[in-house]
Amino acid sequence: MTTPTYTRADFQTDQEVRWCPGCGDYTILAAVQGFMAGMGVPREKIVFVSGIGCSSRFPYYMNTYGMHSIHGRAPAIASGIAATRPDLSVWVVTGDGDALSIGGNHLIHALRRNFNLKILLFNNQIYGLTKGQYSPTSEVGKQTKSTPMGSVDYPFNPISLALGAEASFVARTIDMDRTHTTEILKAAHEHQGTAFIEIYQNCNVFNDKAFVALTGKDERAINRIDLVHGKPITFGPAGERGVIFDDGRAQIVETAAVDSSRILVHDQHRGDPTIAFALSRLSHGPYGPTPLGIFRSVRRPTYETVMSQQLADAQGRRGPGDLAQLISSAGTWQVN
Amino acid sequence: METIAPPLEADKNQTDHPNDRLTVDKIVIRFAGDSGDGMQVAGGRFTDASAYFGNDLSTLPSFPAEIRAPAGTLPGVSSFQVQIADYDILTAGDAPDCLVAMNPAALRTNLNDLRPGGTLIVNTEAFDERNLVKAGYKENPLESDLAQVYRLIEIPMDTLTKEAVKDSGVSGRDVLRSKNFFALGLLAWLFNRPLEPTIDWVETKFAKKPSVVAANISALRAGWNFGFTTEAAKTTFEVRPAALRPGTYTNVTGNTALAWGLIAAAQCAKLPLFYGTYPITPASDILHELSMHKNFGVRTFQAEDEIAAIGAVIGAAFAGNLGVTGTSGPGVALKSEALSLALNTELPLILVDVQRAGPSTGMPTKVEQSDLFIAMFGRHGEAPLPVIAIPTPAEAFDLAIEAARIAIKYMTPVILMSDNHVANSSEPWLLPDVESLPDISIPFAVSSNGGGHFLPYERNYETFARPWAVPGTAGLEHRIGGLEKEAVTGNVSYDPDNHQLMTDTRAWKIANIASDIPALEVKADPGAEILVLGWGSTYGAIRATANRLRNRAKPIAIAHLRHLNPFPANLGEVLASYRTVLIPELNNGQLRKLIRAEYLIDAKGLNKVAGEPFKVAEIEAAVLGLMEQAS
Repeated sequence: MTTPTYTRADFQTDQEVRWCPGCGDYTILAAVQGFMAGMGVPREKIVFVSGIGCSSRFPYYMNTYGMHSIHGRAPAIASGIAATRPDLSVWVVTGDGDALSIGGNHLIHALRRNFNLKILLFNNQIYGLTKGQYSPTSEVGKQTKSTPMGSVDYPFNPISLALGAEASFVARTIDMDRTHTTEILKAAHEHQGTAFIEIYQNCNVFNDKAFVALTGKDERAINRIDLVHGKPITFGPAGERGVIFDDGRAQIVETAAVDSSRILVHDQHRGDPTIAFALSRLSHGPYGPTPLGIFRSVRRPTYETVMSQQLADAQGRRGPGDLAQLISSAGTWQVN
Repeated sequence: METIAPPLEADKNQTDHPNDRLTVDKIVIRFAGDSGDGMQVAGGRFTDASAYFGNDLSTLPSFPAEIRAPAGTLPGVSSFQVQIADYDILTAGDAPDCLVAMNPAALRTNLNDLRPGGTLIVNTEAFDERNLVKAGYKENPLESDLAQVYRLIEIPMDTLTKEAVKDSGVSGRDVLRSKNFFALGLLAWLFNRPLEPTIDWVETKFAKKPSVVAANISALRAGWNFGFTTEAAKTTFEVRPAALRPGTYTNVTGNTALAWGLIAAAQCAKLPLFYGTYPITPASDILHELSMHKNFGVRTFQAEDEIAAIGAVIGAAFAGNLGVTGTSGPGVALKSEALSLALNTELPLILVDVQRAGPSTGMPTKVEQSDLFIAMFGRHGEAPLPVIAIPTPAEAFDLAIEAARIAIKYMTPVILMSDNHVANSSEPWLLPDVESLPDISIPFAVSSNGGGHFLPYERNYETFARPWAVPGTAGLEHRIGGLEKEAVTGNVSYDPDNHQLMTDTRAWKIANIASDIPALEVKADPGAEILVLGWGSTYGAIRATANRLRNRAKPIAIAHLRHLNPFPANLGEVLASYRTVLIPELNNGQLRKLIRAEYLIDAKGLNKVAGEPFKVAEIEAAVLGLMEQAS
């Protein structure tokens, strides 16, 4: 079957998009629709599953199959789709509250199982739909409607969490950079297994400028660390800063102050996640130098591949199931 | 001890047998011992031997929730009761005629049930100071007047078992593990059961451990020999084969029949089966059974929790599978929100609730029927669902198919209720002809019902089901979700009239199923004025009650509900035909409240939440009480 040629419009629905004007979700939606037009997968083979929250309205705006489910459970629902239909391209859209608070359990288990799922976590560090409470990625001390004296909770680092949960693909991108987002989406699609993408997404109503350290004209040049496979990790307007791995952790140094051989060369395919984890610890939120890009991309059999293999093996060994034989299998006797 | 090779079939052993053999129509036997004593195995083997012999039978296993409570203690006692008969029986019996007590704790927890004059077999060597203290005995009960009340058979079972297995190759602590086979051999002699099925089973089960095969068979024969040689009892008993309907039978538990029924349902529906679940007593055996049958294309998924289990099933249903999740009461509570999503998105799935005693963790290995209300009402919003309950182990097979039929025909989740008693007890099952199983398949939508624009909530005119359009079908791309949807288009809608319409439509869709289920069948004696109405695992006890009353020329009517929502269309008419309606339930009156609310009749209840099934005598007494009041 040849895949039809699509344009971005083919992925738009007739539903009015109802995010607040200026929301970062618009740019992500445009990037996803644009990417899917060229992804090479027929529209009917694509499924979007979301939970609850602003970001989770996403499936209504994608002209594919989709389900807007319940709070936190999208990875579980998507797992059932992926487990039974390896022919589909299954995408999860979730947010920091949905994925990391109410749905934390499902997220970590989806990651370790490695279904062929693409999980897009829109991280705006706030609860938007419920109008402005702190989230599990909000910074300590954050003043919100539910924390007038500041949040007491210590936040998650989503990248560290995903790496700790044995994710085979972990990346971070940002709503304002469509080119970068598209590159990451492409890599995630090509990855066989669960791909976890944290997307920094600005909520201009309840948490505006949360990512200014990475989007502000001046700040961006200073703080954005691009992880590029095979390239030394340097950043700054003239590459004057770099990352080394020393004393068991990733550290930022002035490149001029160290021998160039000490600068970490990014290898996203490293089997051991230690360095990837160390890179995730360079920042605990978008407040200073922060890496974007693919932290980790390793091959591991997908759950559904092994599951299907077990079914095929069982059929090979015992033949296709015979119901009459099954119900007689515990021994029978005859009454005449 | 002189050894005599026991004959393999009971009928051959009478040539020079010195004892009397008494033929009885039924017998109730209970094996009781420590969790580690192998009582479930002994009971199961006795049951199978009786099945092969042709008796009708019914079993009641009972075990502690703890895997191994401290040895010798009261909470550590595990038991297995079986009733065998030469006629169609319906329960595992009220009171054992024979009790095997492997230790003082087993004696203490079970002796009260033993019928006076019944046979009591004890392992004397377990009645030492330590075990007596653990069981709370101040004095050794074997030194009291037990022998005057019961036919007491005292056996030094440890010594005899050790002696029997000494050449088998097992050693150390494993030697005494064959003790249950010694007891089984003795009972085979006492009740004239064949040894052959047990020997076959041991040889298959322990094929990889020849020493264990040898030990168990030696112990089994030694037990038989002990009875024969020492004339352990003056009389042995025989129960003749029952006159069951002709055909091929197997002995099946409810959990196994349910698992097989789900596999059959998937075949009848022409869909792949996806079973997503989280381990929970007493439902886990369904997962264990299904996971062994991957060659049927069955996908089993052990999720991270109850919510994920039903979540994955919702995903699988959306993707075109027969999705099933199994659990018990606590799991039903956790799945509640997701169940409402399935209801609102109108996706077919089956939720199996193997009920246990609650609330909370309650008594996980004990029976109760107290989840009827959560099945009926345990969701937020106006959220009616079909509810079906399984009366007997064998019927689990048919009702699994029925649940699937309704789920996919009406595009709705269905709750299929079992309970610990149905799940773990067993009965002979007349095997169906698999060719004659119904075709319950419903074709997926393949083309658009709305011109260029697929309408996911356009309904079937008769069933009010919406189309099942699965991903991969070109042109039918659509989005569903938990938000209220506009009728027909499925677009998100907050319109007041639309919400009224959709709520009414969902309710009507379920209510309408009443026209597509069998009428309630009533078994009534002429002149009966009392109807005993039941649901679920009380079936056997209610029918046995009716048989007893009939034998005493007391007319009675009985009816048993399989469909609890919607009720069969003729239920109102049936209820109106009797002066008194009695509803026995293992809860505090949940069906009774539904019946009262729906039909405005003063239904009476017989209610018990003791973690055990009704005894026939309990229901009989309640009916007789009502009869007396009326006269």
